[in-house]
Order: sequence, then structure tokens, then C-alpha cells
Amino acid sequence: MLEINAVSRSFGDFVALNNVSLHIQAGEFFTLLGPSGCGKTTLLRLIAGFDQADSGQILLDGKPLCALPPEKRPVHTVFQSYALFPHMTVAENIAFPLRMAKMSKAEIAHRVTEVLNDVRLPDKAKHYPDALSGGQKQRIAIARALVNRPRLLLLDEPLSALDAKLREQMQIELINLQKEVGITFVYVTHDQGEALALSHRIAVMNKGEISQIDEPSVLYSYPDNRFVADFIGQCNILDAKVLSGNEQKVNIAIAGLGEIAATANPEITFKSGDNCALTLRPEKIRLAASLEAEPDEALFSGKVHDMLYLGDVTVYIIELANGVLIEAMLANDAPGRTRLFDTGDAVQIAWRIDAGHLVP
Amino acid sequence: MRYRLPGASTPATWFHKPVQTLINRAERLRNNLMALPPGLYLLLFFAAPSLMMLFASFRYPGEYGGLAPWYYVEDEQFSLDFTLENWLRLFESSIYLGLLFKSLGYALLTTLICTLMAYPLALMIARSNKRFRDLLLLLVILPFWSNFLVRIYAWMIIFSPQGALTIGLNHVTAALGIEPISLMFSSTAVITCLVYVHLPFMILPLYANLEKHDSRLLDAAQDLGANRFQCFWLITWPQSLPGIYAGAILVFIPSLGIFAIPDLLGGTNGIMIGNVIKQQFVESRDWPFGSVLSLVLTGITLLLVLLAAKLGRTAGTDNGK
Amino acid sequence: MANKRPSKALLSAGILVYLFLYIPLAVVVIFSFNDSKLNAEWVGFTWKWYEKLIHNDSILRAAGNSLIIAIISAAMATVLGTLAGLAIHRGRQKWLPALVLGPIAMPDILIGVSLLLMFILLNVSLGMVSIILAHVSFCIGFVALAVQSRLAGMDQSLIEAARDLGASPWQSFRLISLPLLMPGIIAGAMMAFTLSIDDFVITFFTAGVGSSTLPLEIYSMVKIAVTPEVNAVSTLLMLVTLTLITALSKISPTVLRQ
Repeated sequence: MLEINAVSRSFGDFVALNNVSLHIQAGEFFTLLGPSGCGKTTLLRLIAGFDQADSGQILLDGKPLCALPPEKRPVHTVFQSYALFPHMTVAENIAFPLRMAKMSKAEIAHRVTEVLNDVRLPDKAKHYPDALSGGQKQRIAIARALVNRPRLLLLDEPLSALDAKLREQMQIELINLQKEVGITFVYVTHDQGEALALSHRIAVMNKGEISQIDEPSVLYSYPDNRFVADFIGQCNILDAKVLSGNEQKVNIAIAGLGEIAATANPEITFKSGDNCALTLRPEKIRLAASLEAEPDEALFSGKVHDMLYLGDVTVYIIELANGVLIEAMLANDAPGRTRLFDTGDAVQIAWRIDAGHLVP
Repeated sequence: MRYRLPGASTPATWFHKPVQTLINRAERLRNNLMALPPGLYLLLFFAAPSLMMLFASFRYPGEYGGLAPWYYVEDEQFSLDFTLENWLRLFESSIYLGLLFKSLGYALLTTLICTLMAYPLALMIARSNKRFRDLLLLLVILPFWSNFLVRIYAWMIIFSPQGALTIGLNHVTAALGIEPISLMFSSTAVITCLVYVHLPFMILPLYANLEKHDSRLLDAAQDLGANRFQCFWLITWPQSLPGIYAGAILVFIPSLGIFAIPDLLGGTNGIMIGNVIKQQFVESRDWPFGSVLSLVLTGITLLLVLLAAKLGRTAGTDNGK
Repeated sequence: MANKRPSKALLSAGILVYLFLYIPLAVVVIFSFNDSKLNAEWVGFTWKWYEKLIHNDSILRAAGNSLIIAIISAAMATVLGTLAGLAIHRGRQKWLPALVLGPIAMPDILIGVSLLLMFILLNVSLGMVSIILAHVSFCIGFVALAVQSRLAGMDQSLIEAARDLGASPWQSFRLISLPLLMPGIIAGAMMAFTLSIDDFVITFFTAGVGSSTLPLEIYSMVKIAVTPEVNAVSTLLMLVTLTLITALSKISPTVLRQ
């Protein structure tokens, strides 16, 4: 539905987007995720028409968008600052796109009332934006952008100005809203938790390029590269060298730990001698005073180097032989128990060899 | 388990570039159309007169004032008639340079006194309750909005020989056995009025600076053992320098070019460079020399503005205008 | 400086400076009601200087001239200054800020004499027209500053939002930018009006016979003799500016600080 083909954009020496291509399906909740300066907002502005690409093309329903100014594109944006017009009432704000589309007065009034009911703020029609709370402004901004049914809704970090509690509530509302209206959402955020919670698919961006595009669960469990592994969730990344490998299993050597087995990545073929990294989520590591290695498990001994008590879980930094540090996470699920081990305790850790995931 | 994008097809981009340039061109055109009317107006009524003045400073004065023609035709020979005489006249006697230095001195003194008077007031306003600050600031601005001549006139009344101030002062001098003094038509009167007229220009930028200071820095300094004087001298004062620079420029430049205050309060002793410029253009009608003096003043102003811009950049914060 | 109270010494120094600012003006106002030709000591209350003023034709004519000049120059400066403010904000023309702000930085006398020189050389007769042309040139900058500071405080995404929701460039200017800029434009216009009606120096050089303004009239009165009639005009003038300033601060409290 939206095709972005080989788009590049530079500002002076700074390359904001480098040959970016992606396809977004109709009805999708698609997220552009990345640290600040990764090019996600630049891409959004190119789609909205506030900026022009240096090269490449953007097609909506097969038709090129580049030649159209923002007002001619069936694409609306929800801005980070909401951008509600301060000199217009809530109703006038929502009526704005309908007015621009030269709709009749009666029709406008009808649609505005309808939309205000949809966002559950029917009594705010005559208020000015200044009199609204952050969450209310947010809902009005979305209502305004959706009122004349764009093909595509762009959301530029719309929840970043809200506090944590409200943000969670708005996330649920956004998911339901998107299901209800069925309009394609392109969502920009730097918050990986938000991206995982909301999206059908996520494009992780780094330094103007796309690192990986996948469903949230795939992205989390099977990162394609170190950047994605590191950016999404907590992750142990251990540098390794491939010793030998076949379709199912790869033997790798990790400095300080020696030779262990890992599951091969079906997407990438590793040859012996290749440099790679083992990515290992902390919650997939077993931790106890002493462990018995099960088949297909890697087992190591070490001692607790540091620990962080986080309420629901405790994070232990385990120092293995030769100073290798591994982060493991344990749920504090027994009543009253705050910690299992103390700094300095000798412990053993183990992980199933298919819990680790190899990346180049 | 995982799905991939179909390979991106090669895009047709042949029409993309020209259209984009067209949009940019329309944007540029709009921008230029907006800048054009004010730009042209100011070229005509600000830049052009200044250039004509530069031109005039190299011409001979006309027989009945004004300017002599800048060329003459003799035996069908076309000759330019320019001279450096007007510029040399500046150095011929010490009168004009002396007057220039005296004016610079007056302006400098005015700036210093303004700083001394503005600092406590600006600090007081900055440290007052937030609710009163706007009112206190308005009280500073209000007299500044009353007519310039009215403010000078007020001092003419105060300094007049029949005024209570002069009479009172002369009771004191008589008691001490000194000659009676006259306040009117003196450099004291000129500088007092210069300070009076320009004081708000120092208070406002200084306040704008002081208001932004973080009071926790003073708490921290005190906590670390500084006394009240050290708190001021080591914390508040260095941070307020950008405000003082901005205020100094706003006071110094207009003070330097003033002519109405010396004209009405200065008598013959108190005249400044502005009076001579006015005299050359209005009374003796020696425009070329008047232009020379004006250009010298313009040069000093430009230097000061550039200096202020540089100071403002290095100081990083507000530079007044 | 939230929780640092001013000390007693600071407070008294501040009050002294306020007295320095207000006593001279108070003297002018008080003596305008004094029943004596000399501005020396209080004799008794009178309205007679104000009554004399009403019958002083040259003052009334000058006041009329001032008003006409101020209205026309403020109108012209507002249009040109608004355009300049918008153009400076976009920052495409690097030469524009120097040209617009130059007249604010230059001492008035330089603008006055250079315009006098040009008007005479170009055979423009000195009068109302030359005064208006001169006033506009130094008022443009103040309007531009007021508009520009308003623009700087405006969320850029409002304009993008308007375009995004279907407004053409002209519609987004008319429906969003212009209404949001209005307080800045009005403040700039009133500032231009006040500056023009108050101006003495530039008017002094660009005025001709029969185009005397109120400040010029006051100057020539003061030059000859100090009379309580001048106090009366001054008091009235203060009253007018006070009213204007009150209105101005209601519209845009921040603009006064520039």
C-alpha cells in the first residue's frame, strides 16, 4: 500500500536516510523504531510531504507522492506537540480538515459531533486546547487527523509528552482505535517497549538505514544483528568465532568460556572462522547455587559480581572465569523473598543452546 | 516463521527531480516576494542616504550651502571634482577631535553611572516576588515612554536658576563661603539628563539577565563558605556581564549621538559632537564637513555594534536587541 | 532568583532609583497646575495653562500633524515590518536583518541628517511626506522585531499541521499564522505609532515649513522660554502615552521589554 523505494536524504554532510526501502501493507500498525538521529522522523516527514527526498521514490497505492504538496496527500499526521491550533476551539480544530475539503456546514457539524463522541469528549467542543489535559489534547489531535478518513495516519512520538500511567492507557486506546477504523498507522518512536506493545510490524532504524523489519516477537527473539539485539530489551552479547557448523547446530568459541554449541540462524549461513556474536536474553538463563546440566545446555560456574533488586525481578551480574560478565534475571516470585544471592556468592548458570541466537 | 520483504522494485524516478525543483522554486519566490517591499524601502530610505553621505564627504560645499557639483565641464573636458579637504579638516585643529573625545567621555561616564544605578534596581526587581516583578518593570519603562523632550524639559525646570535645587545649593555654598554655582548650562546638567534618558536601556537587559540566574548557585556558594560579598563578586557579577555589555551598547551609542540634551541644557561648555553635526547641516550648511563628522560617528557605532555582537556570541546569552 | 529576597540595602537603593526616575516627571505635572509663570514655587491651583493651550492654534495644528504622520507611518511600517519579520524568520535573505535592524542601532541624528541630505539632493520638498518616509524607515525594524519574536515563540508544527490537514500555503497563512501573529502585529503597530508621535530628532531634520509636529513645537517653545504651558502639553502627552501603553501591555505584555 505504501512503498518506499531506495529513498535517501542528506542535510549537508549528515546522511539522515541512506537508500531506505520498505513496504507497508494496508491496515497495518507499522512502527519506525530507533534512537534519536536514526532517520525515523525524517522518513515520516518525507511521507507527510514536509520535506523532499534527494533520491528514491514514495508510492501510495501505486501512485507517486513526491510531486504532491502536503495538503494534496491523503496522509495526516499526529504531531509530537499535538499542534492543536490554539486560537480555535476543539470543534473548530476538528472541523479544519473538513473545511479545507469544502464540506457543507451541516455535514461538518455532524462529523465533528460524531468524532467527539468516538473519543469520548463530547462536552469539550467549545473548549480551547489550552483548557485540555495532555491526554485530552492527544485524543483531539488524533480525532482531527482521522476525521476525514486519510489513507494513512502518521504518528510522531505522540505519547512522549504523557506520564507513564497515562501512556499505557493511551497505548491500549490506540490499538483499539486502529482496529476500529482500519486505517494504516505509521508510528514513530524511540521507546522499544511502546513499539513492541503496539505494532504489527516494526522497522528498527540505525544511522539512516533499516536494521531489521519484523513482527515484535520475532524481533525480540531473533535479532538479525547486534544493534537490534542491543536496542530491543536487555541482552548479553558475547563475541565469538565459528568453529564448525551444520544446518542445525554451530560450534563456537567464546573468549574465556571455551567451546560451546549454539543454534544456527536459518537466515544466515556461518562458515567456520567467521566472527559472530551470541545474543542471550537474561531471562533465559537459569541461575542457582548448583545446577545439573541437562542435555543441550551450556553450564558455567561463577560468582555474583553485582546485583540490582527491581521489585518483581532481581538482575544479577555474574562473573565467570576469566572475567566474562553475564547478566541473568530471576523472578522474585516467592512471598517475602527479596533476593536469592548476595554479592560474592558462588553460583552456577546454564542456558539451553537454542536460547542463544547467533548474529554476525 | 519469519517473512521478508519482496525485493524492492527499481523505481521510476525520471519525473521526480524536476517536480521537486518546481515546488522549491515556488517556495523561494514566495520568500523573495515577502522580503522585497521592506528590503527595497530600506535600501531607498536607509542604505541609499548613507551612501550619498559618503559620496558627499568628498565633495566641495556649495556656494550657498549644500553641495557643489561633483564634476565640471571646461573646454569640453569633463573633470571630476572631488576632494579630501573635508576629511583633512578633521585633523587641522584640535577642536573637532577634542570634541569627539569629549563626547566619547560623556557617553562613557553616562554608561558607567547608568550601570551603577541600574544594577541595584535590576537586582532588586529580579529578587522580588514573581507577582510584583512585572509591575516593577513597568514602572521602569513608563517614564521612558513619555516624550523625550518632556524628559529633558523636566530637568530644565529642576536645574533652572530659580529652582529650589539651585537656590538650596547656593544657601549651602554661601554658608561655606564659596562662589554661588549654576547648575543650568553645565556638563553636570548634560550628564545627569543623559543618565536619566538612557537609564531604562541599562535596567532592562540587566534585569533580563539577572532574572535567569539560578538562586541555588548562591545557596551552594554560601554552603561552601562564601560570604555575601564573595557570593556577589564571584557568582552574580560574572554571570551578569552579558547583560551589562548589552545595556552598555544600548546606552553608549545613543548617548554619543545626542544633540537635544546639550542643546537645551549644556550651554556653550556642554556641547557634544551631535551639536556640531546639526550645526553643519542646519546652520552653517557645510554639508561635506557635516557628512565627514556623521561618518566618523557611524564608524564608531558600527565598531561598537560589531564588538557587541562578538561579545554577545562569546558570552552566549542575550545581547539586548 | 526565586527564593533570594532583596536585602534592605538593595531595597532602599532601588527605591532611590525609582525616585530619580519619577521626581522630574512629577515636577512637570505639578507645575502644570501652578498659578505662576515661573516654575519655581507653588502659588496656587489653576487650569489656566490648559485653557490657554486650547486656544493655541500652532500647538493644535502641530498636534494634528503629529497624529496624521503617526497614523500613516504606523500603517506603512506595520505592513512592511510584518513582511520583514516573516522574511527574517525564514532566514533566506542574509542581508535583510542588517538592513532592518540598522536604523534601530544607528543614532537618530545620523538617520536624520542622511535623509535630509538625500531629500534635498533629490529635490523632495521637506514636509509631511518627507517626515512620514523617514518615520517609516526607523519604525519598520521595531515592527519586524515584534513580529519575529512572536514567530520565534510559535510552534512550527502548527503550520505543518495545517498543510497536512489540507490547507494550501495561502490558507495556512491566513487561517493559522496571521491570527496567531496578530498580537505581535498590533503591538508592533502601536509601538510604531508611539515612536512616530514621540520622535523629535529625525523629524527635526526632515520637517519643512508648515509641517511642524508637537515635539518640534515643544522644542521651539522650550528653546525660547520655560513656560507652564509646556508643562500642560507635556502632561497631556504623558496621559496619551500612558493610555497607549496600558492598552499595549494588555495585548502583549512581553513586547514592551524589547
